[in-house]
Amino acid sequence: MRIIVCLKPVPDPKHWSRLALDPKTGTLIRGGIPSIVNPLDRKALEAALQLREKEGGEVITLSMAPPSAMPVLREGLAMGADLSIFLTDLAFAGSDALATSYIMGTAIRKLARYDLILCGDQTLDGSTSLVSAQIAEFLGIPNLMHVSAIEVQKSGVFHVRSRIEHGSMLVEMKAPLVLSVAKEINEPRYITLMNILEGEKKEIRVWSSKDLSLSEPWVGLKGSPSQMADLFIREAKRKGEILQGDPSEMTKTLADRLHRMGYC
Amino acid sequence: MAVNQRVKSEIWVFAEQRQGELVDVGLELLGKALELAHPAGWKVASVLVGHASEKALCEQLLSFGADEVIVADHPLLRSYCSQSYAKILGKLIREYDPKVFLLGATAMGSDLGARLAVRLRTGLSAHCIGLELSPEKKLLAVVPGWGGNVLARIYSPHTQPQMATVMPGVFNMPQEKEATGRIVPVDVDLNPEDVTYKILEVKREAGQEHALEKAEVIIAGGWGIGSREDWQSVEDLASALHGMVGATRPPVDEGWAKENQMIGQSGRTVHPKLYIGIGISGEMHHMVGIQNADFIIAVNRDPEADIFKMCDLGVVGDFKEILPGLIEEIREKLQK
Repeated sequence: MRIIVCLKPVPDPKHWSRLALDPKTGTLIRGGIPSIVNPLDRKALEAALQLREKEGGEVITLSMAPPSAMPVLREGLAMGADLSIFLTDLAFAGSDALATSYIMGTAIRKLARYDLILCGDQTLDGSTSLVSAQIAEFLGIPNLMHVSAIEVQKSGVFHVRSRIEHGSMLVEMKAPLVLSVAKEINEPRYITLMNILEGEKKEIRVWSSKDLSLSEPWVGLKGSPSQMADLFIREAKRKGEILQGDPSEMTKTLADRLHRMGYC
Repeated sequence: MAVNQRVKSEIWVFAEQRQGELVDVGLELLGKALELAHPAGWKVASVLVGHASEKALCEQLLSFGADEVIVADHPLLRSYCSQSYAKILGKLIREYDPKVFLLGATAMGSDLGARLAVRLRTGLSAHCIGLELSPEKKLLAVVPGWGGNVLARIYSPHTQPQMATVMPGVFNMPQEKEATGRIVPVDVDLNPEDVTYKILEVKREAGQEHALEKAEVIIAGGWGIGSREDWQSVEDLASALHGMVGATRPPVDEGWAKENQMIGQSGRTVHPKLYIGIGISGEMHHMVGIQNADFIIAVNRDPEADIFKMCDLGVVGDFKEILPGLIEEIREKLQK
């Protein structure tokens, strides 16, 4: 089985206070903030590695990011992926979900053979959760989101459990397919020093727009139909009364206010 | 009914149904769409996809004010499948060319919207918490931006339809009134191969369904709580006030709180009478989920925390020095 895992390098949440939006384009200004693998994408990779352990085959990670994110890809290789494909090109900058899915879908098509594509349900930095379904649509194959368990029933047939509002469903799906995984699917494995050294030996294959047969108008900021109109500050129509000082005084005041409001 | 009726509405709203019942967000969006459309001289259609229970649902949509109800009824549409639903909706949208297409940001709506945006090569604003129509009749979708107290308006100036998925609970349910709209059945051309997966089983979790959305008192904790042990004090305050517990993302990621307790852009949208946020800094991603709370109290050690700019009553202090005493005082008062 050949499994492709979409791994997105995202800005490390420890440094989010340094993030800002470009007021013109609405894209994130990452300004030297270190990246980590998006946590749910690590779970997607863990799910892929577990399937490979049972079924055999290979696991390829696919990432699209600026060149500076290269070290993050080593983490996927250290966890156990066989190969990392890195899509990086200035022309990709500013891509919205549609353009990103198009570029990633085109890269997957270049790999020709694939059974399963795994993603995380959402990313820390974007949270649009669009890319997995959009890759599936570009490739014309089925997809399911919020996946909490994946079982291979027989060759090419999967039983997939997916969270829906107030419950879950079990779905039978045929390969090739795209699944995006939910938080509860697994706990990613621990990486040892040995794993890191093994990861160093594996290949990161870099593809730019020249390596993909892309239609230019669909790529990058210009190929992205979604744009930011403006940014605005929400007016806080709240009283904004602030208590400061002695904790026991404030506790009494707070209890008193809750009492007068009828809560105690 | 006459054949070849044309759909005339400019705004289409996906009327999501689950087991023969309309999902609230489809009606909330219908209400908002009518509010945007009518001053602009536009009409609104609810789009119903499924099989067999459509008649009653159409009447219901008309009574909530839909100008048109577009009905795609076919045995192969009985269960949701993203590819079959996207195929027929994509075809309908190409044929009638609506300006705007709205869906709920539910499991179904998010999935379907994402696929349709590819099929129609158009922009989709995901998980929106507000909708506006510009004077040029462009749909402006409001999403939280980065860096504290900032929201962004997203639009797709050059493509059509302009699409958005909107968080459930953001807009109010419309008032029921006398139905004046019409039902427009449409042809459905589907093959069994278009349904690309088979649902074997659906499990429902009883109770809890809308508990947080319906709670009058919510006590929420954030990253500032610091540990699983201290999370107990959030639970204790909630129990003292007979409220429910909510959380921002970090406590859920840390395992202190459950996924279904998460409030905010990727969680739930709530509207309690009283919300108390403890150790919550006030990231927009969380605050958008509580914007409709009647009264917001914040407890935070950091006087610069953004939440103090968005609350009714702020308490600058360490929750560890405040909550135990507060819980005691509340219990005493309740006993009197």
